[in-house]
Amino acid sequence: MPFEITDAGMVFLDLSYLIAAVMFVIGLKMLSRPDKARAGNVWAAAGMLLAMITTLIFHKNAEGQNIAFQNILLVLAVIAVASVMGIVIARRVKMTAMPQLVSLFNATGGIASALVALIESGDPGNNSQMVTLLGMATGSIAFSGSLIAYGKLDGKIRDWLSPLMKYINLSLLLILIAMIVFMLLPMADPGLFKMLVYVLFFFSIVYGITFVMPIGGADMPVVISLLNALTGIAAALAGFIYSNQAMILGGILVGAAGMVLTLLMCRAMNRSLLNVIVGSFGGHTGEGGRQVAGSIREISLSDAGILLNYSQKVVIVPGYGLAAAQAQHICSELDTLLSDRGVDVRYAIHPVAGRMPGHMNVLLAEANVPYEKLVEMDHINPDMPNVDVVIVIGANDVVNPAALDDPSGPIYGMPIILAHAAKNIIVIKRGMGKGYAAIENSLFFNDKTRMLFGHAKEILQKLVTEIKGME
Amino acid sequence: MDAALQFISEFRQEIFILVLAIFLGIEVISNVPSVLHTPLMSGANAISGVIVIGGIILLGHADLSNPGPSVIIGALAVFFATLNVAGGFAVTDRMLEMFRKKRNPKS
Repeated sequence: MPFEITDAGMVFLDLSYLIAAVMFVIGLKMLSRPDKARAGNVWAAAGMLLAMITTLIFHKNAEGQNIAFQNILLVLAVIAVASVMGIVIARRVKMTAMPQLVSLFNATGGIASALVALIESGDPGNNSQMVTLLGMATGSIAFSGSLIAYGKLDGKIRDWLSPLMKYINLSLLLILIAMIVFMLLPMADPGLFKMLVYVLFFFSIVYGITFVMPIGGADMPVVISLLNALTGIAAALAGFIYSNQAMILGGILVGAAGMVLTLLMCRAMNRSLLNVIVGSFGGHTGEGGRQVAGSIREISLSDAGILLNYSQKVVIVPGYGLAAAQAQHICSELDTLLSDRGVDVRYAIHPVAGRMPGHMNVLLAEANVPYEKLVEMDHINPDMPNVDVVIVIGANDVVNPAALDDPSGPIYGMPIILAHAAKNIIVIKRGMGKGYAAIENSLFFNDKTRMLFGHAKEILQKLVTEIKGME
Repeated sequence: MDAALQFISEFRQEIFILVLAIFLGIEVISNVPSVLHTPLMSGANAISGVIVIGGIILLGHADLSNPGPSVIIGALAVFFATLNVAGGFAVTDRMLEMFRKKRNPKS
């Protein structure tokens, strides 16, 4: 018997999902290569557009009906409004607000997954109740967690730490798991099930909030990346509901990639993921941290200017303080000024400097710093002893030598930028406040270190004026 | 136990895709330079907006003559997912454009 194609539309749809999935993979692959990243983004976007269009045209429900014309119009209208809004927001927002924006978009993806699962869980014909409920919980957690992360990055929400938090979070998590297990048991009363779905939705939202609330500061890159992975997983789980390959593959691809990035961030801090989630070190008062002997020495702006002007190799170590002070442009100006006078200026980038993975790179790129000048920690460290001056701007723990030589300290074992190995160190800092790990930094007490206290932007501005005045 | 077996047999193909996709995801982004961490995360974030397809299916087959929660919630799902997709890809492009510009030395 010859093979008969019963429905060409469905075949087209499956084929388009395959093509879209391949485009996601190619796009993601290219996104991890500097020279092809931009094209990669376009590939992934095109894959998404293709899947959206073919779904609208060819998708059939269980009764074999296509999407009705007026539904198509409605869907297109919603898509049009949201696209315009999304693109306008993405274009208008200041580059320095990028971490917040990524979190915000992550929240919208999470809530979309949660909403789809919420509706589908009410469908008695849905035989994938477990993944539906899991997807709803994951999406809701990613949603509220990302909103809190957004608030924190935007400075609207402060870290909220309490020793109780650990227990609240653990209990909430257990409640969520218990609820899902209970809901999978045969249930006589459909009304009860429906109610439990909403209770689960609510608890998941609450958990997202309490889960992100105590985590902050230097741990933000880990959390943001983790929330990103969760949104991907939520989309993939929703994909099970429709047995939709494009959704499963796209979602899991993001989930897996996000987890890799999350673990990469953890490794850069020499901490386990569990340690970041459960026990943030921000709350402890430097227990185990050793007392540091020595004295703090300040340097005048003119001396600092002279030192820099007559150096051959200068390395700038940026931290979150640079972003907080919005000092990236003036930092770039200092760099240009020195480079024009023949000084070799580079930047040492620690993987977890800032509040999201790669934060410093985006920040400095915005200020027109050529990205060849941004050197990863492992590449710049061997050259540190040859560097004349290291300028530490708003970074603390990532240059703390206690990570190398104080086994009792909380950051022991964390890879750091070897600023202390340079011939001279200038630290620009607002005051003698401690870093996120709340421990003393022996770098500040080093004989080779000189401090410049003040607001990074103003200090750099004065430094630039000072150097301009020199021949 | 039966439920688990039934689940596995029902979703054989999907589980297959899922497991292989995990490996693919890990493989694809290993060795990414830190310069690209933010754009990669942002681009991946946009891809996770693939839930928009679920939203389209939901809203697409919703009964408009008798609008219930699936119309409203479906529309919200499509809205939020599209915001994620369009905004995510746009912001990634903007970031990468910024990186590219830097290639030419300052004038």
